Amino acid sequence: MQTVPLPEIGTWEAWREAARGLAMAGVPPEAVLWRWGEADGDLFAGETRPLPEAKGPAPTVPKAFLSTARLAIWHRDPERFARAYGLLWRLQREKGLMADRADGDVARIEAMARNVSRDAHKMKAFVRFRDIGAPDAKRRSFAAWFEPGFHALEPTAPFFVRRFSDMDWRIVTPDKTAIFEDGILRFAPGQPKPPLPEDAAEGLWTTYFRNIFNPARVKINAMTSEMPRKYWKNMPETRAIPQMLAEAETRVRQMAEAAPTLPPAFAAPAAQQLAAHASRWEMPDAGLEAAIRACTRCPLHEMATQAVPGEGPEDARLMIVGEQPGDQEDLAGRPFVGPAGQVLDRAMAEAGLARDETYLTNAVKHFRFKPMNKRRLHQAPERDHIEHCRWWLDLEEKRHDPGLIVAMGATALQALTGNGKGLLKRRGGLEESRLGHPLLVTVHPAYLLRLPDPVQKAEATAQFQADLASAKAFLDAV
Amino acid sequence: MASAFGGQRSIQLSYGCLICLYPETAGRCNRLLRGNAPVIARRLASGGLRTYQEQMTAKCVEQKLAILADAAKYDASCASSGTSRRDSTKGGIGSTEGSGICHAYAPDGRCISLLKILLTNFCIYDCAYCVNRVSSNVERARFSVDEVVTLTLEFYRRNYIEGLFLSSGIIRSPDHTMEEMVRIARTLRHDHGFKGYIHLKTIPDAAPELIEEAGHLADRVSINVELPTDAAVTRFAPEKKPAQIRRAMAGVRMKQEEARDRSHTGKRPGRFAPAGQSTQMIVGADGSNDATILTNATRLYSGYKLKRVYYSAFSPIPDATAALPLIRPPLAREHRLYQADWLLRFYGFQLDEITGAAEGGNLDLDIDPKLAWAIQHRGLFPLDVNTAPRDLLLRVPGFGTRTVKRILAARRNRMLRYDDLTRIGALMKKAKAFVTCRGWTPGGLTDSADLRARFAPPPEQLSLF
Repeated sequence: MQTVPLPEIGTWEAWREAARGLAMAGVPPEAVLWRWGEADGDLFAGETRPLPEAKGPAPTVPKAFLSTARLAIWHRDPERFARAYGLLWRLQREKGLMADRADGDVARIEAMARNVSRDAHKMKAFVRFRDIGAPDAKRRSFAAWFEPGFHALEPTAPFFVRRFSDMDWRIVTPDKTAIFEDGILRFAPGQPKPPLPEDAAEGLWTTYFRNIFNPARVKINAMTSEMPRKYWKNMPETRAIPQMLAEAETRVRQMAEAAPTLPPAFAAPAAQQLAAHASRWEMPDAGLEAAIRACTRCPLHEMATQAVPGEGPEDARLMIVGEQPGDQEDLAGRPFVGPAGQVLDRAMAEAGLARDETYLTNAVKHFRFKPMNKRRLHQAPERDHIEHCRWWLDLEEKRHDPGLIVAMGATALQALTGNGKGLLKRRGGLEESRLGHPLLVTVHPAYLLRLPDPVQKAEATAQFQADLASAKAFLDAV
Repeated sequence: MASAFGGQRSIQLSYGCLICLYPETAGRCNRLLRGNAPVIARRLASGGLRTYQEQMTAKCVEQKLAILADAAKYDASCASSGTSRRDSTKGGIGSTEGSGICHAYAPDGRCISLLKILLTNFCIYDCAYCVNRVSSNVERARFSVDEVVTLTLEFYRRNYIEGLFLSSGIIRSPDHTMEEMVRIARTLRHDHGFKGYIHLKTIPDAAPELIEEAGHLADRVSINVELPTDAAVTRFAPEKKPAQIRRAMAGVRMKQEEARDRSHTGKRPGRFAPAGQSTQMIVGADGSNDATILTNATRLYSGYKLKRVYYSAFSPIPDATAALPLIRPPLAREHRLYQADWLLRFYGFQLDEITGAAEGGNLDLDIDPKLAWAIQHRGLFPLDVNTAPRDLLLRVPGFGTRTVKRILAARRNRMLRYDDLTRIGALMKKAKAFVTCRGWTPGGLTDSADLRARFAPPPEQLSLF
């Protein structure tokens, strides 16, 4: 029988070193007796001997084993070291075992690790520091007394280092003490509960605790399942709980029974203050754009962020009409700012058309989409939506009285001419809008983005370019 | 310091309260936070409190905390998770490590992770459901910037909190209020090197630059949609504009996407609300059914990439308005909505599948929505745990996402038995009617007429008195 003593401080490193040596020497789990600290000695254990000579290669284990064992060895189960070594032993022979949570040995270690992890988490949550520093000390100084369920202090202390590195602190537990002074963490043996000075902040904290509680929704089980009573004695705020519960019902009844009151005196001047404030988001509340933004003529407005009116100078000679705002346009409230807009921008620049001299708008002013988890899938507007929105498009067309309209895609064509069929046959052709403006037919830039075949895409893009170039030529000729 | 207040007093002060720095308030405040002399001297030199003290009838910080925590409790969110990892090993104070920490639980079952307070509960809005509306007679108070900063840091150092969740009633104007809130976040981050979590409730009408700065300082920003429909918002919160709330949320999403894109030089513009944006909807104040609420939630998730939509059952408030009688909706409804929300986001359910199983557009209060769906679609069950694909396993009541992941990993090694599933963490009490595995078949259980009754609580006998 090989006896391996493990120290109480630095247990993990010592266990890891020993387990490695034992595995290399080929010592099976049943031949090892692990001893931790001074407390648990086994009368039948053999003398502590140095590890036997290494015979085999160093053991290899999956990462998941390390992260699990690193926690499990801080459990209170006296068999924890043996179980961890037993699993390490099996892992040398059964690859992939660690992924099998239904295996008894894996499940046991996982359960121990989970217990310690929960205990560590509760320690991070429920440690309550008290100020113990001198008023004129350069570095603030705090101390806490805590009673963890397992030996969670050592694996948890680095968390407190990362969080509170600009102050000195110590956490005293019955088994171990963690001391952080001038940026250095060390561990010392445990102590009985030290007399810590009163800290007035605890009173403030309890005040907060009492007042953040909503008496109208008492759920004691939800509280105690996450904050078990065993932790209460070291948490100052929990002393207020009995009174809070005792008063809850009365407080709710009083709320229900209280008669409505008259508004206080400052209500009227407050309304004036509000009226005087102009939000930077505010847009003009008159004119065509404002009317479009307020549109509720069809159900599309219920899902979209906002209506997107056209954009461009009053005297623009060219009016370009697309289908509907997309995801990005809906967010920004401006037409053609998304991916299709970038294609259009490039093509316009190529054709020598200036965006800031063009009126850009859409046949439908609200974004139509289907929510798909975290995305919005574009959906083409239906005839009904186009007809409802034509009211706005006609007004825009009348206001600008453009020299030429470019209709991009079937929806724009439908809205402007009353017939959107046969787009690819009609593209490049010059027609007339219902209101009598010359109209050039082309595809929508989003169509170019969706073409999967690169050859087709290049061809269609060139055609789109050519259409815009002929629009430019048309405008120059007039 | 000595010349201003006299030697005797300055000594007393240097041991005194970090918050009530002035001699005239130091005596009144009985909850002293010990502060050291250099800090007190610096605060006095900056002189910010003097004007504030003159403006307000001085309330002790403890009284203010009581009023302004009480006013903040109707905001359900207290999450402190999912932000970028930071720590104070290179200076400053605080850390965030991915998972949030709940430092305490109140008897209402809610976690207390952040110092959740209002900057002030004075408000010029008149929202019928809100305890702080202008027409209410609740007691009012207002924190100074310095008080919030000190409270946050002192609570944080004692490990009471993960950080600050700051909200506010609207005073003077949306811009003025937002500016003060941003100033608190800026002081914490820049002057004190605070690395903990900050959640700022954003005022949708505030200037876009202020919302932008809030996003750069905070881990999470949130804008409340308040009620499930535009009509309800217009009716109960006359000063709020639903369209503006959406535009502000859209603005936050655009900023977040900008922050992720590298510029042509490869530089990022700096983090923007790394823990995302969230919102809150009050349930049960207006007549909307669950289908309407979930439709709106889907719209918000897909449109503005929200991290969370919080559903808050309308809760009785002190000094309620006659416009909105205090009818308490069952808390179970809130719970069912969260379950449905999870199914939509993590279990591949579509909206119409959940609302389809909901009678009259409302979720079944007795059994959870997944079970309700499974009972309505028994034809699909029982599923063989050892062969069924992931998307179907996710539909088994009693299997969570983690259980399914473990099943998929474990069944690569061998065929799973009933006990294996229990060890893996499946809730077999629910699942057993819907699955088969080695050595287990539910037999007639799946199709039994009383399947629903097995899970629903027994009908309550009405009291005779």
